[in-house]
Amino acid sequence: MITLTLKQQPTVPLEAENICPDVVAGLTHDAVRALPVYHGKRQCRLDEFFDVGQAFQPDGQAGKPNLRTDEATELEIHGDCSRVKWIGRGMTRGRIKVVGNAGMHLGSGMTGGVIEVTGNASDWVGAEMKDGLIRIHGNAGGQVGAAYRGSLAGMAGGTILIGGNAGLEVGMRMKRGIIAVGGVVRDFAGLQMKGGTLVLLGGAEIRTGAWMFRGTIVSLKPIKLLPTFSYSCEYEPSFLRIYAKHLRTLGVTIPIDGGMYQRFTGDTSLPGKGEILVWQAQS
Amino acid sequence: MLRIIGGKVYDPANNINGVIKDICIANGKIVADVDAGRTIDATGRIVFPGGVDIHTHVAGAALNFARAMTPENQRTAAKFMHTADTRAGIGGPTPTTFATGYLYAGMGYTTVVEAAVPILSAKHTHEELRDTPIVDKACMLLMANNEIVMDLLEAGDFERAKQVVAWLIWAAKVYGVKAVNPGGVTAWKWGKDAKQLHEPVYGYNKITPAQIIGGLANIVDQLGLPHPVHLHCNNLGAPGNVATTLETMKVLEGNRAHMAHLQFHAYGGDDWHTMRSEATQIADYFNKHKNLTADAGAVLFGNAVTITADGPWQHLLYQLTGRKWGNLDVENETGCGIVPYTYKGSNLVNAVQWAVGLELLLLIDDPWRIFLTTDHPNGACFWRYPEIIHLLMNAEVRKERVKKLPAKALSRIVLGDLDRQYSLYEIAIITSAGPARALGMPNKGHLGVGADADVVIFNENPDGEMMFRYPRYVIKAGEIVVEEGDIKNPHDGREFIVKPTYDEKIEDYLKPVFQSQYTMSFENYPVELERAHHAEVRPV
Repeated sequence: MITLTLKQQPTVPLEAENICPDVVAGLTHDAVRALPVYHGKRQCRLDEFFDVGQAFQPDGQAGKPNLRTDEATELEIHGDCSRVKWIGRGMTRGRIKVVGNAGMHLGSGMTGGVIEVTGNASDWVGAEMKDGLIRIHGNAGGQVGAAYRGSLAGMAGGTILIGGNAGLEVGMRMKRGIIAVGGVVRDFAGLQMKGGTLVLLGGAEIRTGAWMFRGTIVSLKPIKLLPTFSYSCEYEPSFLRIYAKHLRTLGVTIPIDGGMYQRFTGDTSLPGKGEILVWQAQS
Repeated sequence: MLRIIGGKVYDPANNINGVIKDICIANGKIVADVDAGRTIDATGRIVFPGGVDIHTHVAGAALNFARAMTPENQRTAAKFMHTADTRAGIGGPTPTTFATGYLYAGMGYTTVVEAAVPILSAKHTHEELRDTPIVDKACMLLMANNEIVMDLLEAGDFERAKQVVAWLIWAAKVYGVKAVNPGGVTAWKWGKDAKQLHEPVYGYNKITPAQIIGGLANIVDQLGLPHPVHLHCNNLGAPGNVATTLETMKVLEGNRAHMAHLQFHAYGGDDWHTMRSEATQIADYFNKHKNLTADAGAVLFGNAVTITADGPWQHLLYQLTGRKWGNLDVENETGCGIVPYTYKGSNLVNAVQWAVGLELLLLIDDPWRIFLTTDHPNGACFWRYPEIIHLLMNAEVRKERVKKLPAKALSRIVLGDLDRQYSLYEIAIITSAGPARALGMPNKGHLGVGADADVVIFNENPDGEMMFRYPRYVIKAGEIVVEEGDIKNPHDGREFIVKPTYDEKIEDYLKPVFQSQYTMSFENYPVELERAHHAEVRPV
């Protein structure tokens, strides 16, 4: 494992897509320290902003200069990195743990591996990701798992779990995968959603599921729906039992017994075949 | 001064077919001999005249709109980093200006024709062409939906229409006249299209698309422009449009004409489910009528962005795809539509389109009259031309690709039965000598003494795609701009402009019409000559 400790807060956001297990794998300590990061238009060395710790062998001893690939696939980052962008961009394997906050585009386009953030994350968490797991313990910004501007589809697989609140356009144009948000999401959750599952444990602000084409939004709190969603029925979706079982292994609980889900279909302005399921506990 | 020795030269305009001979260059021209300067040893290599793209869209308001509309393409596009020699930019379906020049030159193309320029945005086009390095450029002026010209043709005032067209050509500083969906774009301003050649255009009493086509072809021929009317027929892309295309060709009898992106106009069938190739029918007629030239407008599978002045077609395409749609209205002159599109090998319609482009290139027997284009960026990006060359040169590869098409498509195309293979000599014709001749550019597309010194040196390779994608040397106007595959010392290209003769008094007629109809003042309308960079004006 390599430990990076932020030693100097960048004055403008630092573009650090090289903080990624695929990049550091197999590099020497010196090479990791010399990795390029962009501070504005200026190219800098990673060690201008981070203390790069020596890698440790599995037995806890300080490592040799030449890291082995399997050791280097774990990164731990300490400090308030809310101005450090693109951490874990396109990663395919390994693990990143951010002890503190993370900046924009965390895990953007990743296809595998695990990212964990103990604090908050900014916008575009897991945007257009294909696989892997991102877990944010605090709040996240907007466009979680979303499509970048102009793209046809957002996240195409994988899981994003957010403990706190999230911002605008969560899951915008997502195609597959699961996003679960513990707190409240802001406007336009599931905007133009094409598939996948968005679980809202703490409810949502307005225009949830606008222009959604397919996919499922599950809300455990009553939410304000657009007039273009129509009520279809109240039922116990059998597929949710499987989802609940899977999510439980990730520490997310959604209720199955002791109530029913109201199903709303939409967005009929498209016309879409998506669904919003709203939990109704038995009184 | 430069001497290229030992190369196998293909120079169809001078009947040189793979002869080993030296090419000498001095002062940007091919000369008989030089006594000093650098020597390039091209032994074992192939020497071609620089490529000429007769129909592409590389600059102007519409293309810029397309660039802005498709950030998803820019993100994944090839990056051109700033170097001591080159400016930064990106490739992809709609490359940026500087990258466009590098990509064309990097492929051995030295002359390109921007095929759709409205007068109102011609200034913008010239500014962008100025930033498109290395290649020489020329523009085609959109004319078939110009309401001033249409009014005159409707009134039967042919002589005055001719004067107006001549004035407009010089006002826009262009090289030729383009006609896009004649009458259809005007009708589009009423939400209509012009699907019938012999019915009056919506909003007009008498004038029909056929009369506009015939009128413009006559005007261009009478003005003596070097390139005939450059025609995008009505009913582009629609199943069954072969009838319209053949009818249009009949209207053009007695005039010269260039049929743009013919692939999009050679479909049979009644709807999308029954659409089939009619390349055979088109090629039969075309082969017999020597007044016509055409470019293929071939399609390759993958991402594209469709950009055309054909507004109504673009709206239909938008409804078919459900993707993004951009629409521009250019006052009394034309319109424009933009829709990103993905051609899929698994899609029946796209498979037929892919086949039709190749079929036309193979069935039209005279390579001097059919040229390689993809109607960039409509059918595919221009930097994918080598893929088409490879398919043309190798029937086996082509047949393997046909086998991968959907089974339903096979009965709708004839590509699988065609055995013709292009020779290097013929490739030199369809990529260089032919288009240069059709454009009336006597110094382009050949390596005879006096020609512009635009020379390409390839490594001989049985894989045509590899060979034509990576020329070893490209020499433009006598300067080496690609050396062993790398761009170096890119210089500015020239712009070719024609100046037709017209009666100055036509402005007395135009000015009041203009002042009452346009949003800009008459004085600001024409493009100043200084705006066209390195302009080379040819009076006709």
